[in-house]
Amino acid sequence: MTGFNPLPPQASTMAVQVDALFYVLLGLSVFFILLIAGLILYFGLRYREGSKADRSGKRDGNLRLEFFWAAVPFVISLSVFYWAGSLFFTDHSPPPNTIDVYVVGKQWMWKVEHTNGYREINEMHVPVGRPVRLIMTSQDVIHSFYVPAFRIKQDVLPGRTTELWFQPTKPGTYHLFCAEYCGMGHSAMIGDIVVMTQVDYETWLNLGGAEAQAGMSPGEQLANQLGCLSCHKLDGSGVGPSWSGLFGSQVTLESGQTVTADEAYIKESILDPNAKIVAGFQPVMPDFAGQINDTQLTDLMDYIKSLAQSQ
Amino acid sequence: METTLSESKPNYLNISTTIRSWLLTTDHKRIGILYLVSVIFFFAIAGTAAAMMRLELLTPRGDLVQPETYNKLFTMHGVIMVWFFMIPAIPAVLGNFFIPMMIGARDVAFPKLNLASWYVFIVGAMFTMGAVVTGGIDTGWTFYVPYSTLYSNTSVVIATAGVFIVGFSSIFTGINFIVTIHKMRAPGMTWFRLPLFVWSNYANSLIMVLATPILAITVLLIGLDHAFGIGFFDPSTGGDPILYQHLFWFYSHPAVYIMILPAMGVISELISAFSRSRVFGYKVVAFSSLAIAALGFMVWGHHMFVSGQSPYASTVFSFLSFVVAVPSAIKVFNWTATLNKGHISFKTPMLYALGFIGLFTVGGLTGVMLASLAFDVHVTDTYFVVAHFHYIMVGSTVMAFLGGMHYWFPKITGKMYPERWGQFSAIIIFVGFNLTFFPQFILGLEGMPRRYYAYPPEFQVLNVASTAGASILAIGYILPLLYLVWSVFKGAPAPGNPWNSPSLEWQSTSPPPKDNFDEPPVVTHEAYDYAHMAQAQGALDG
Repeated sequence: MTGFNPLPPQASTMAVQVDALFYVLLGLSVFFILLIAGLILYFGLRYREGSKADRSGKRDGNLRLEFFWAAVPFVISLSVFYWAGSLFFTDHSPPPNTIDVYVVGKQWMWKVEHTNGYREINEMHVPVGRPVRLIMTSQDVIHSFYVPAFRIKQDVLPGRTTELWFQPTKPGTYHLFCAEYCGMGHSAMIGDIVVMTQVDYETWLNLGGAEAQAGMSPGEQLANQLGCLSCHKLDGSGVGPSWSGLFGSQVTLESGQTVTADEAYIKESILDPNAKIVAGFQPVMPDFAGQINDTQLTDLMDYIKSLAQSQ
Repeated sequence: METTLSESKPNYLNISTTIRSWLLTTDHKRIGILYLVSVIFFFAIAGTAAAMMRLELLTPRGDLVQPETYNKLFTMHGVIMVWFFMIPAIPAVLGNFFIPMMIGARDVAFPKLNLASWYVFIVGAMFTMGAVVTGGIDTGWTFYVPYSTLYSNTSVVIATAGVFIVGFSSIFTGINFIVTIHKMRAPGMTWFRLPLFVWSNYANSLIMVLATPILAITVLLIGLDHAFGIGFFDPSTGGDPILYQHLFWFYSHPAVYIMILPAMGVISELISAFSRSRVFGYKVVAFSSLAIAALGFMVWGHHMFVSGQSPYASTVFSFLSFVVAVPSAIKVFNWTATLNKGHISFKTPMLYALGFIGLFTVGGLTGVMLASLAFDVHVTDTYFVVAHFHYIMVGSTVMAFLGGMHYWFPKITGKMYPERWGQFSAIIIFVGFNLTFFPQFILGLEGMPRRYYAYPPEFQVLNVASTAGASILAIGYILPLLYLVWSVFKGAPAPGNPWNSPSLEWQSTSPPPKDNFDEPPVVTHEAYDYAHMAQAQGALDG
C-alpha cells in the first residue's frame, strides 16, 4: 500500500468508473468549499468592525450576479448528473453470457447457490474477468448485498427478485457486507467474495466447490465452506464459542445450567442453535436445519471431535 | 436608550411566578421556554445514547454493550433527536418566542392551540420514553418493514404511537405560524419588510402542515401491521415493503427541510446583525425558502436508489435532487455576499453563523455527491451518509440553534452571556464536530456500512478518531449549558437592544413585557435597515 487511499481496492470494471466520478465530484466540492471559505476569510478580515477599508458602493443585491451563481454550478452539476446516470444504467444492464449465481439473504447469513448446484454460505467464488449476475431474494427482512471493492450494492427483498452484476478485475478476497439494517446480527451478516484466476476457478469447480485444500478432512473443508470458523474461531476470539477442546467438555449455558458437549448437544446446536445458548454469547447463529445433510453433519461432528484433543 | 434595567418593570417572566402560571400559560414566550427546557432534556438523552455508541465503536469487536442494546441505542438516538429535538428545536422555541415579536404582534393567532401543542408534544414524548422503559425499540428511526412489522419483538407500537402523537404538535405549531404571519402583522409590516427568519419559518410551516399527516398515516399502518398482522407491507399477503419506503420518505425528506429551513432563517438574522448589512438579495433569499419547501416534496426517491425502485424513477429523483440544491446554494452565496463591505464583528452568534456556512456547504456538496446515481450506489447505507446528514442536521441546525440562543439570550432572559466563554465554546464545537464526523466520510468511502455493532479491524483507526472527536464535541455542548444557566441568575443585565439591531423584536425591553410591546408598533422601515437605525440613533444622541 503506497500512501493513504480513501477508497477500497478497485476490483471490478465498475469500480474504476465510479472512482473517476468520485474524484471529479471531490474536485468540484473542494473548489466550492475553498471558494466560500476564502471569501468569508477575506471579507471577515478586510471588513472587520473598525477597519478602515473602503465600503463605498455596497449593494443590497444584484439579480444578474445571483442568477449567474445559481446557473453556473447548476449547469456544471447537470453534466455530473448525466455521467452518474449513465453509469447507473450500466449498473442495471448486465452484458450477455454472465455466470449466474443465486443468492438468498436470511437473518443473518448469505446463502449462495451456483447453477451447477454447488452451495456456499457467506462466501462466493467467482472467476476474474467474467461478468457475474446475481439473482437475489430474501427469506425474511430486507438485506442489501454490498461489495465495496466492486462499488456495487443492491437491496435484497422478501417476495421479489432483484439483480446485480459485476465483472471482477483482480483476484483476491473482498468483503461482502449486508448494508441494510436487518436486526440483531446485522453486523455479523458478512462474508467474502473470492475472486479466482480462471485456472483456480476451474480447479475449484472440479473439486466440487471446494478450494484445493490438501490434507483437510471433509469436515474441516465443510466448516470452512459453510463459514462456521469465521464465528467459531479456534483461538476463541470469534462471536461464537470456540470448537477447540469443546467435545466432551462441560458447557455452562446462559440459563446457568451445565451440559456435556456430547453428540446430541452438538447436533442440536447445529440444527437448532437457539435451543441452548452458551453463557456469554448471543443467539445470533442461523439454524442449519435443511441446509446440510446427514453425511455432512457426521463430517462436521468428526471434525469437532478431532479438535477435542488438540488443545 | 430608554430601557437599560428591567428589574423594576413588569415583564413576561416576573408577572407571575407560580408553577401553575407556567403550565397554563398562553403567552407564546413562555410556551417557547417550556419547549426550550423540553428539547434540551431530549437532546441530552439522545446525545448520551450517541456517546455510548461511539464508545462501543472504539474497538472492532462488540464488547461494551450487547448487539441488541446497540441497536436500541441508535434507534433511540435517531427517534429522539429527529422528532423531539431537531424538528421542534428552532420553530417551537425561537419561532414561538420571536415570530410574533418580529411582526409586531401581541401573541400568536391561537394561543391555546399553541399551549396544546406543547402538551401534545409531552404526551408523545411520554409514549416514546415509555417504549424505552418497556424494553426499547430496535428498528432504527426509519422503522423499515418488514423488520418492524413482522420480526422485531420490541416496543414498536408504543414508539410509533409516540411519533404519531408528536406529529400533531408540529401541525398545531405550523397552523399557528401560518395564520399568525398572514393575519397579525403590525401596521406597516409588509411581506417584504419581514425578517427572513419569518419567511423561512413560514415556508417551514407549510411543510409541517402538509407533510406531517403522511407520517401519521405511515406509522399508523406500521402499528396496525405490527399489532394485528394486517399485512399492508407484508409480501406474503400481497403487501409491499417498498411502498412503506415511499410513504416514509415522502414525509421524511421534507422533514429534513423542516429541520434546516428555520436554521437558515436564524443564519440570515445573525449574518445581517453582525455584519451590519442588509441580507444580500433579500427577495431571492426569501423566495428560495419557498422553493426549497416546494421542491423538497419531490425528491424523496433519492433515499431509494438501491431499494429496487425502477432505475427510471431513480433518474428523475436524481435530477430533481440536483435542482433542489440550487436554492440552498443561492442562500450560501448570498450570505457570503452579505459580508462584503459590511462591518463584521466576531461575537459568539456570528462564529456559529460562519461555522454553519462552512458545515452546511460540506453537507450540501456531499448531498450533491449522493444525488449522483452511480456514486450513491457505492456509499448509500454507509458512514458516508451518516456523516453527510450529521453535517446538515447537527453541523447546521444545532449550530444555528446555539447561535440563535446566544443572539436572543439577552432578549429572552434579560441577561447577557459571557462573551469569551461563548466564543471559546463555539470554536470547541466547530472543531469537535469536524473531528467526529469528517472521519466518517472516509469510513463510508472505504465501505463501512452504518448500523454496524462490530466491524472489520481495518476500520478501527478512523473510528477511534471519530470517538475522540465526539468527546471534544461533548465538552463543547456541556459548556454553553453551564454558562448560560449561570448567566440566567448571575449574568449582567441586558439592555433592550444590545446588538443595535433594527429588527422589531429588539425594539422592546429585555425581557419583553407580557404583551411584547408597551405600545403597538407601527412599522416604517425594513427589517435590515441599518441606515435608518443609524439616523434614529443620531437623532437620539444629538
